[in-house]
Amino acid sequence: MNVEELVEGILSKKRRFLARAITLVENEHPESKEVLRRIYPRTGNAHVIGITGFPGVGKSTIVSKLTEEFRKRGKSVGIVAVDPSSPFTGGALLGDRLRLEGADVNKNLWLDENVFFRSMGSRGRLGGIAKKTGDVVKLLDAAGYEKILVETVGAGQSEVGILEVADTVVVILMPETGDDIQVNKAGILEIGDIFVINKADLEGAENVERWLKYMLSLDEETVMELSKLSHADEVKLMQKLKWKKPVLKTIADRGIGIKELANEIERHYEVLKKNGILQEKRREKAKLSALELAIEEIRAEIAKRYKDLLDREMDPYTLADRIVKEVLKC
Amino acid sequence: MEKIRVLIAKVGLDGHDRGAKVLARFLRDAGFEVIYTGLHRTPQEVARAAVDEDVDVVGISILSGAHIPLVPRVIQYIREYGGNPDEILILVGGTIPHDDFPKLKEAGVDGIFIPGTPISEIIRFIKEELPKKRMGKSK
Repeated sequence: MNVEELVEGILSKKRRFLARAITLVENEHPESKEVLRRIYPRTGNAHVIGITGFPGVGKSTIVSKLTEEFRKRGKSVGIVAVDPSSPFTGGALLGDRLRLEGADVNKNLWLDENVFFRSMGSRGRLGGIAKKTGDVVKLLDAAGYEKILVETVGAGQSEVGILEVADTVVVILMPETGDDIQVNKAGILEIGDIFVINKADLEGAENVERWLKYMLSLDEETVMELSKLSHADEVKLMQKLKWKKPVLKTIADRGIGIKELANEIERHYEVLKKNGILQEKRREKAKLSALELAIEEIRAEIAKRYKDLLDREMDPYTLADRIVKEVLKC
Repeated sequence: MEKIRVLIAKVGLDGHDRGAKVLARFLRDAGFEVIYTGLHRTPQEVARAAVDEDVDVVGISILSGAHIPLVPRVIQYIREYGGNPDEILILVGGTIPHDDFPKLKEAGVDGIFIPGTPISEIIRFIKEELPKKRMGKSK
């Protein structure tokens, strides 16, 4: 398959070509950049939804149930599910797909023509997603999938990489994962647009709900107070958005609360679009990804060009100064 | 960087997956990206996953004795869904009688591993045979 065939195949939603293009992107194959360049004008139509939360809270199950719900609403669904790669061997056990509903012949998501599921290893990147997750999302977007669910690695207190790719971030929690102090440390809680307390039939669900709502009310107060002092873009953005972050309860394996969750996800997207925030967010993402690509190439070039210099015994600070001075000259 | 992607599949009415899970774990430790399908998949589901996940190796674990109808159907559906089974290393593991080996090989199976096979043997097989399969593959 050459670039031409791949682009043509992706745009006409041929699964085989989409699947191969994803592999090339993941492997950072030289041709992949040209494929991405060519499909880029056809992206931006999908609603990208990030699903994140601690390991074992039920992310994959919620992804499966949400997929079912969006299919009922007539939307096609692409799914990118990231699991951690071993830092020692680079291997990975990708175990999200097996939660995908398949048993019922009438709603078999494995065989649904309008569902595309792809598992990804994080391949050394921290932050909850892989380096190339964003580009894989673009391929699914160009292929015409309307809702794209991105499931992160089981994430903890600092895996906020999902912000780079998602329009809407759903944070999943469950009972008995810590007290109010854990909740107020924020971490991934800070990045959620929608909060879900899954396994809500377990004892302690009310506690989590109470703490979470309390934290969110503090957030709102903080924004109000800070907006008097600072001109931070983030604060301005949050005010402009006027989105009150909802807290929902689900029992995902029984399908309870899924419809409401899908409603909130849709509502968030509408608000983003109406306030012009969607375009703003996406411009910001494009900027960041350009910066990252440029830095990556410069880094590789430096490693190549200054190999000898790097081998010399010198303190890293002086070395860095010398490289920067030389690079900026040219 | 290229990674070897492996699909470990359980097909049909066979609820024993300890072997499949142990193998999945060892292959991960050997540096492969391993996707496990879970129990009770149909040949169509396995084939669809193999194509969409663009795997290099499909390992089908069967302990039910139904390998003769099921395995060739997986291969047939891979082709039907646009994949090329000639580019994928197809392995079968489980309680396969020797008499059935030729039939499976003829259907396109590359390697058959019966209970008791050391996992290192399976890993060696993948590493040696996959490059031959990949010849001509536009990766």
